[in-house]
Amino acid sequence: MPGSDAVMVRTTWREAMRAALREALQADPRVFLMGEDVGHYGGCYAVSRGLLEEFGPERIRDTPLSESAFVGAGIGAALNGMRPIVEVMTVNFSLLALDQIVNNAATLRHMSGGQFAIPLVIRMATGAGRQLAAQHSHSLEGWYAHVPGLKVLCPATLEDARGMLASALADPNPVILFEHVGLYNVEGTLRSDAGAVPIDRAAVRRAGTQLSLIAYGGMIPRTLEAAEKLAAQGIDAEVIDLRVLRPLDTATLVASVRKTRRAVIVDEGWRSGSFAAEISARLAEEAFYELDAPIARVCSAEVPIPYARHMELAALPQVEAIVGAAREVVGTHA
Amino acid sequence: MTAAPSLDDDLGRLRGMLRIRRFEERAAELYGAGKIRGFLHLCVGEEAVAVGVMRALTEDDAVVSTYREHGHALARGVPPDRIMAEMFGRAEGCCRGRGGSMHLFDASHRFFGGNAIVAGGMPLATGLALADKMLGRRAVTACLFGDGAVAEGEFHECMNLAALWRLPVLFLCENNLYAMGTALALTESQVDLCAKARSYDMPADRVDGMDVTAVERAALAAVATVRAGEGPRFLELATYRFRAHSMFDAELYREKREVERWKLRDPIAALSTLMKLGGALDDAGLSALESEVGAELDAAVAFAEAGTLEPVEDLTRDVYATEASDAR
Repeated sequence: MPGSDAVMVRTTWREAMRAALREALQADPRVFLMGEDVGHYGGCYAVSRGLLEEFGPERIRDTPLSESAFVGAGIGAALNGMRPIVEVMTVNFSLLALDQIVNNAATLRHMSGGQFAIPLVIRMATGAGRQLAAQHSHSLEGWYAHVPGLKVLCPATLEDARGMLASALADPNPVILFEHVGLYNVEGTLRSDAGAVPIDRAAVRRAGTQLSLIAYGGMIPRTLEAAEKLAAQGIDAEVIDLRVLRPLDTATLVASVRKTRRAVIVDEGWRSGSFAAEISARLAEEAFYELDAPIARVCSAEVPIPYARHMELAALPQVEAIVGAAREVVGTHA
Repeated sequence: MTAAPSLDDDLGRLRGMLRIRRFEERAAELYGAGKIRGFLHLCVGEEAVAVGVMRALTEDDAVVSTYREHGHALARGVPPDRIMAEMFGRAEGCCRGRGGSMHLFDASHRFFGGNAIVAGGMPLATGLALADKMLGRRAVTACLFGDGAVAEGEFHECMNLAALWRLPVLFLCENNLYAMGTALALTESQVDLCAKARSYDMPADRVDGMDVTAVERAALAAVATVRAGEGPRFLELATYRFRAHSMFDAELYREKREVERWKLRDPIAALSTLMKLGGALDDAGLSALESEVGAELDAAVAFAEAGTLEPVEDLTRDVYATEASDAR
C-alpha cells in the first residue's frame, strides 16, 4: 500500500526507468545490467546514466557489439543464479539476438520438461518518430509476442515505466520490456512511493461509452489525444492500454467492447500480420455479436520507416487518422 | 563423478567409451525399428572426447553441448535409462520426452543441453560462466561444439566476450573435419582452429581426440587454469565420426577409404590393445566389461519400453514458470 506521506514528484519517463533500474540494483545483489554503451556512455538513450559510477563495472557492464553473445550470456547467467537485465539498443538490433531469444530463452523450460527457469529481463527501445529511418525505427514487439515462453511488456505511462521492471525481475520467466523512443522525454508527475505494478492485465486509461480505442506503448499519448478531440466532437471514447502483449488480457478488451460495441485498434506495427490483427481476431472470436460496426485498425504504412520528417510522419499512425477511423466506426464521418 | 580421477584408471576410461559405443549402436537399431524418431546423430568414433573431458570435471561444473550429445550426457553421468526413455518420447525421459535426441537436459548433473542450433549453446555457456564468476564460485563451464560452429558469429562473439571478461569457460571444439557434409577446408579461410582462439588472446591447444588419456590430461590441465581464474581456454580435439552425420546421410562427401583409415585409430580398440599389452586386460576381462555394459543398456531399453506417455493435458505445462522459486 502506498504510504500516506507520499508526495507527487515531477519526473520524466526516462528518469522513471532509471529510478526503477537503480532500485532493482539496490534491492538484489544478483541484479546487473549489461549491454552496449550502458556504462561509460550512459546508455544510448541515457537511461542508465550515472549507474556505472554508482554501482561499478561489475554490475553495469559495457559489452562488445555482439547482441547474440550478450543476450545469450544473459540467458546463461539467469539459468545459473543471477538476475540479469540485458539492454539491446533497439528492437532492430535485437534481430541479431533473435536465435538466442526464440530458440533458447523461450524454449529451454518447456523443452527440458520444466527443469529450468530463466529469470531474465531484456530491455529494448522500439518505435519511430526520431528520424532514425528504417534500421532504428521499427515496432517489432508483435513478433516477440508471437512466441510462447516469452512475456512482452510495453509500458506507456510513468507509473509503468517506474513499476514494470521490478515485476519483470520478480517473474521467473524471460520478459522483454519495450521502451518506445518517443516516450523517454515525456514529463509528468509520479507518486514518490511508486513501485511495482501488475504485469498481467490491460488498463482502462480513459473511460468512455461509444467506442474502444485499443493501443499500447508509444501510441498511448496520441490515442488519448485523439479521444479528447473526439470528446470535443461529442464522441465518448474509451482508451484501453494493453500494457502486456503476452500474456494478453483478452478479458479487459472484451469487457470494454461489450460496453462500447465498437473498436479501433492503434498499432505502430505494419497492418499485415500485426499485433492489431491478433486483437482484431480475438474480438471477432469473443465479441462478434456485441459489435455494431466492423473493427477498424490504424497501423503504420507498409513501408520501411523513412528518414525525412514529412515522410516519417506520413508513415505512422497520427491523431487525425485515429479520429477519422473512430468517426467512421461510430458512423459520424463527414 | 569424482573430483580427481586417477590417471591410471584405464578400465574406467574403457568402460566409459564402451558404454557410449554400445549405446549409440543400439540407438541406431532402435531407430531402424521405429522406436526412436526425429533426427538422430551418433558419436561413434568420438567417444574419447566425451570420456576424457567429462572425467576432468567436478559435479559443480556445468556442461553445454550440441545435438550430437548422447556421449557427452552419458559420460557426464546422465543415466542411460533416462536418455533412452527420452529418445523413445516417454515421460520418464530426462526431459519428459519433449526434447528427444538433440535436446537432452539434466539439471541434476548440470547438463545444460543438447542444442540443435550450431554454436547456439556458446552464449549460454558464456553466461553460465559469467554467473559463476560474479557469484564467486570456483566452477568451470565446459562448452562443447563442432568444427562447423567456428564459422558462426556466436563463436567469435563468445570467444571475445569470454576472453575479455576472463570467464571460467573451457571451449572444446570437436573437430571431426566435416560440418555435416562439408569439409572444413571448403568453408574456412583459416583451418587452424587454434589460431582463431589465439587471435582472441586465448591459450589454445590441439589434442589427439582419438586418445582418451591425452584428452583427459589436456582437459585436466586446462580446467585447472580456468578454475584458478586465469580466464578461458580453447582445446581443439581432433576426432572423427565413423558413422553418417544422421540417419539420412548417404555419405557422398567422403571416401570410404578415409573412414577406414580413421577406424584404424578407433579410441576403444586403441586403449584395449594398450591395456592388453600392459597386462591390465585380457579377453575374459573385456568380455566381462561388455556384459556389464550390455546389461546396463538392456535395462535402459527395457526402462524406455516400459515408459509412459506424458498426458496430453500436460502439453502446455512449463511453457512458463509459475513460481518465483522455480528460478534458482
